[in-house]
Amino acid sequence: MTRETILNTFLFLLLPATALAAFALDEPFIITLATKAAILALAGVGLNIALGLGGLVSFGHAAFFGLGGYAMGILAAHAQSYTPIMESPFLIEGTKSMPVIWLVALAVSALAALLIGALSLRTSGVYFIMVTLAFGQMLFYFAISWPAYGGEDGLSIYVRNGFPGLNTLDPLTFFGIAFVILAAVLFFAGRLARAPFGLALSAARQNAERVEAVGLAPFKLRLVAFVISGAVTGLAGALFADLNRFVSPTMFSWQTSGEIMIFVILGGVGRLFGPVAGAALFILLEHVLGGLSEFWHIYLGLLLLLVVLFARGGMIGLIAGREVAHD
Amino acid sequence: MTEVLLDVRNLHKSFGALKATDDVSLTLKPGEIHALIGPNGAGKSTLIKQIAGGLRSDSGTVHFAGQDVTPLSTVQRARAGLGRTFQISSLAMEYTVLQNAVLGALGQSGRVMRFFAPVMRQKELREEALRALELVGLADHAAKRTADLSHGQRRQLEVAVALTLRPKVFLMDEPMAGLGAGGSKALTGFLDGLRAEAPILLVEHDMDAVFALADRISVLVYGQIIATGTAAEIKADPQVRVAYLGEEDAA
Repeated sequence: MTRETILNTFLFLLLPATALAAFALDEPFIITLATKAAILALAGVGLNIALGLGGLVSFGHAAFFGLGGYAMGILAAHAQSYTPIMESPFLIEGTKSMPVIWLVALAVSALAALLIGALSLRTSGVYFIMVTLAFGQMLFYFAISWPAYGGEDGLSIYVRNGFPGLNTLDPLTFFGIAFVILAAVLFFAGRLARAPFGLALSAARQNAERVEAVGLAPFKLRLVAFVISGAVTGLAGALFADLNRFVSPTMFSWQTSGEIMIFVILGGVGRLFGPVAGAALFILLEHVLGGLSEFWHIYLGLLLLLVVLFARGGMIGLIAGREVAHD
Repeated sequence: MTEVLLDVRNLHKSFGALKATDDVSLTLKPGEIHALIGPNGAGKSTLIKQIAGGLRSDSGTVHFAGQDVTPLSTVQRARAGLGRTFQISSLAMEYTVLQNAVLGALGQSGRVMRFFAPVMRQKELREEALRALELVGLADHAAKRTADLSHGQRRQLEVAVALTLRPKVFLMDEPMAGLGAGGSKALTGFLDGLRAEAPILLVEHDMDAVFALADRISVLVYGQIIATGTAAEIKADPQVRVAYLGEEDAA
């Protein structure tokens, strides 16, 4: 076992261990924090596919996070008010079923990523950052100005959505759902990185000219990566909304994009468990430092600065060293 | 007449007032090495880009294996069988030597939209990559990080990746650059055998290699081909002597 494998195993077990300990100590709030960490890690795992593997510095992943959130919000709001979403030409009703909501969130954010990616991937470098940011902001202002779904105030969902056979109102059960999804996506992302697609995508990040010369189109690889990435972050958005039973335009804000990026950078860009480490650390700091001072972001900023300057591989890189090639 | 694999007809490319490529035509036949020589700034790299894709010509066409590839992108031309090596090594530096070679084999196989099975465990790709590394003499370094290779080894890897593409034509931009006498000689021997696999359009500054290898030589000066012929013909051509091989000798 490499050091990174040991570290990953530790990080992987850390979340359920925390949740179970909190359950034993009757601290439901800590379970909620662990759930939040798992969901935000999932959003980061999504971004990491574009950013780490593909080298695509997307500053607009809040778009997908928010779309996933609103997919949940809109479906559940219609279900709780017993009003259909549309009646003609065919009837679409709301739903309180998590699996259906997840599928819708995945589909909507994948479609959005396809459109945003197809346009923004024609640029690169700082322009790509700005174009993705612009798309995120467009959706942010659209959400604010659309009164049908709460506008600036957002949407409240009174009862958490259901999952067949499970009591989702129980914090530990909902943590379990979020954690199983995170684990499944981590498994998929790990396989993706070593699959033919991952080899080519990462090569396109390192040297696009080389990839073209072997007859592979970098644009196509990046677009597919962006769609997968957006879909995963969208799924995280749906879960996040379900955790809070609330959706608001904040999910679309550029601060959200920045936070998702911070998880990835803190933990380690391109490292499978980077976002897990980053999100867990973020939640820990928010909880511990946030209790001490309202201005805890100063310390977060300082930490981020140190990581960027002195630990380019993030926390994972700092502890486990350079990534080992998978021959 | 033997069939022509690569047929470049009347290519033009200007950058402002500078004619980088001025009515260039050349052909590449099966089994031959056609060397392209010329002083610095003659437009060799521009011409290579026009042939490989990546730089659109102002006019003229590039036919490849009977097909007009002029409107095709770099990627499409590579898929059609144009195997290119770069003047300055262009490799995925974070990857191991083997991964770079497997990337080539993957490009050749075209089966890239696979998201699950580990690529480095795919037998055909691995074997193809190892065959190429073996041929250029890099098999012992397969597990090394590409960034840790010496300059000469990177040049070898460039050629190996081109080999994994199983191209119909090799387009080699100064493969000997910076190799040193020993490495240059070894690669010369290797390219000599390679022409049987696919013909080579060879841009090279190393005159020993060019005269040893080339069936035909074209001399490019100021964007124009001023002469094409065998090594003996080129050596004897007074125009070439003035333009390129050293004015003093001709005077």
